[in-house]
Amino acid sequence: MSHLVLEGLGKSYGAVTAVEGLDLAVERGEFVSLLGPSGCGKTTTLQMIAGFVPVDRGRILLDGGDLAAVAPNRRGLGIVFQSYALFPHMTVAENIAFGLEMRGIARDEREKRTLEAMALVGLKGFADRYPRRMSGGQQQRVALARALVIKPALLLLDEPLSNLDAKLREEMQGELRQIQRTIGTTTILVTHDQHEAMALSDRIVLMNQGRVEQIGAPDAVYGRPSSAFVANFLGKTNMLKGQGTGTGQVSIDGFAVAVEGAGAGPLTLAVRPERLVVMPAGTAGFGGRVKGRVFQGSYWLLSIESAAGPLIVMRGNDGTAVPVEGEAVSLSFATGDAALLKDGAAS
Amino acid sequence: MSLAVSERNAPYWLTAPGLLVFLGLVIIPLGMTALLSFYDWGQYKGIVPTFTLKNWVEIATDSYFFEVFLRTFRIAIVVTLATALIGVPEANILNRMSPAWRSICMLVVIGPLLVSVVARTLGWALLLGSTGLVNQGLMALGLIGSPLEFMFTETGVVIALTHVLIPFMILAVWASLQRLDPQIENAAMSLGAGWWTIWRRVILPQIVPGILSGAIIVFALAASAFASPAIIGGRRLKVAATLAYDEFLNTLNWPLGAAVATLLLVALVAIIVGSNRLIERRYAQVFE
Repeated sequence: MSHLVLEGLGKSYGAVTAVEGLDLAVERGEFVSLLGPSGCGKTTTLQMIAGFVPVDRGRILLDGGDLAAVAPNRRGLGIVFQSYALFPHMTVAENIAFGLEMRGIARDEREKRTLEAMALVGLKGFADRYPRRMSGGQQQRVALARALVIKPALLLLDEPLSNLDAKLREEMQGELRQIQRTIGTTTILVTHDQHEAMALSDRIVLMNQGRVEQIGAPDAVYGRPSSAFVANFLGKTNMLKGQGTGTGQVSIDGFAVAVEGAGAGPLTLAVRPERLVVMPAGTAGFGGRVKGRVFQGSYWLLSIESAAGPLIVMRGNDGTAVPVEGEAVSLSFATGDAALLKDGAAS
Repeated sequence: MSLAVSERNAPYWLTAPGLLVFLGLVIIPLGMTALLSFYDWGQYKGIVPTFTLKNWVEIATDSYFFEVFLRTFRIAIVVTLATALIGVPEANILNRMSPAWRSICMLVVIGPLLVSVVARTLGWALLLGSTGLVNQGLMALGLIGSPLEFMFTETGVVIALTHVLIPFMILAVWASLQRLDPQIENAAMSLGAGWWTIWRRVILPQIVPGILSGAIIVFALAASAFASPAIIGGRRLKVAATLAYDEFLNTLNWPLGAAVATLLLVALVAIIVGSNRLIERRYAQVFE
């Protein structure tokens, strides 16, 4: 039995549907991200799990028990809020100990566990500091320690890193992942940042307009997006127009490649910029012409007008000659690098 | 004069008109009132500009004045507590309302301030009098046998003052409620706190500055209120403001009235500054 199960979860605000038909099973110790643009229903989903927002349709099961019957303050979930929501009138130690106090844990035990939690998030020696006197990164750690010290059944993270600057965010991502691995708490992260979701999660749930677009491991979702929305939302992508041959192959300007699930007639493939191979004209592949190139340090970004439409190609700076503007080239990609988009020629 | 110097002086020049008005309308009259309290006064000789401590000695020794000041501050304290007890939950309710309802209810809250003090107080007199609506209603219900005394009592004054001063408390508390992190209640809830604990341990400590500033305004206005105590308290139930008024306009003993007024001001300032310091020290963290 999965640790957390969402069954046909739905929520409406008046005529607006925030979440619809959300099914998800999260295993114990798993790190799952709800990813999507703002308004996709990911935060509403998190709030339904936390109990701050009542569930309209469907069920939430934790260890097989329905959470609907459990009041939010009895669910025992650890939550880190986007704004951290620390108690400004309490010291770091008081903030962290608050949840233990609510559970009626004796003072000695409380102090011991508070110190442990502070050590876990790297806040030793900050016990008597007030949140307002701390940096954003430090406040973030306090919020995490406060959520973890109660040994929650689930850790819910609501855009926890979005208020930090880029460098700190990257640092915290690594640390967050490492802490989660250490304590093994099942974690749900809500984020609109694809890099964050890919860096942290075991699985990504990509949501759009209240519905799930795709669920899978980060590399799987990135490599084989099921729709144009997923392909565009996760990183840069190329949409290639081709013809299905009816024999499981797709043909583009004479270049034929096997694509899983390809039927007959016109169809659209998604291929990542780093998976397109640019060779001198005349090599096996489909034709194109370089329109421009931009040097990015570790790689070149080439924009190419091709038989399959306009493309962006990422070409590693590996010391070989890079085609110049105006040069005719030949493009190809391997079988596993193309994903057939189910919504066909859309966008 | 160099440009740098004139630029440095600019703030002073710019604030000068305001300062002059403040000086002319507040500081000088106050100084003159304080000075007046040291003048002599007689039934037949009128005001004599000398220096005497006669008025101050009279206030200090006559228990009548002590009684009036005691009553004044007792009323002010009870009104402050009443506005806090009613106003803090009310502000909390307002804060949770939808914006449309909130603006309607806000208007109702500010209502008393929009009505002339005399009309409002007379309304209370009609409502609270021995043949007023409240007494008749209670008697009709058989809850009381004879009319309750509201008019000319401290209870009546407290009710009327609480009604008119409560908007100040509500607005001050509401302002500090709006500064709270909207997620902070959810955070406390997720950690296992019930609503009463959330309110007592998380919300209340953070809105202390708002309650304090509301309390200061209410206390100062209640202690120096004139119209409500004059109409509801009547001639018998004097407070410091009506006492000073009577000395000025009935007895025509201006110096004694000035002494009463000065004492009221000094006592008010001392009490407000003192309690402010005390509470700021106690809740230092939320006052930053």
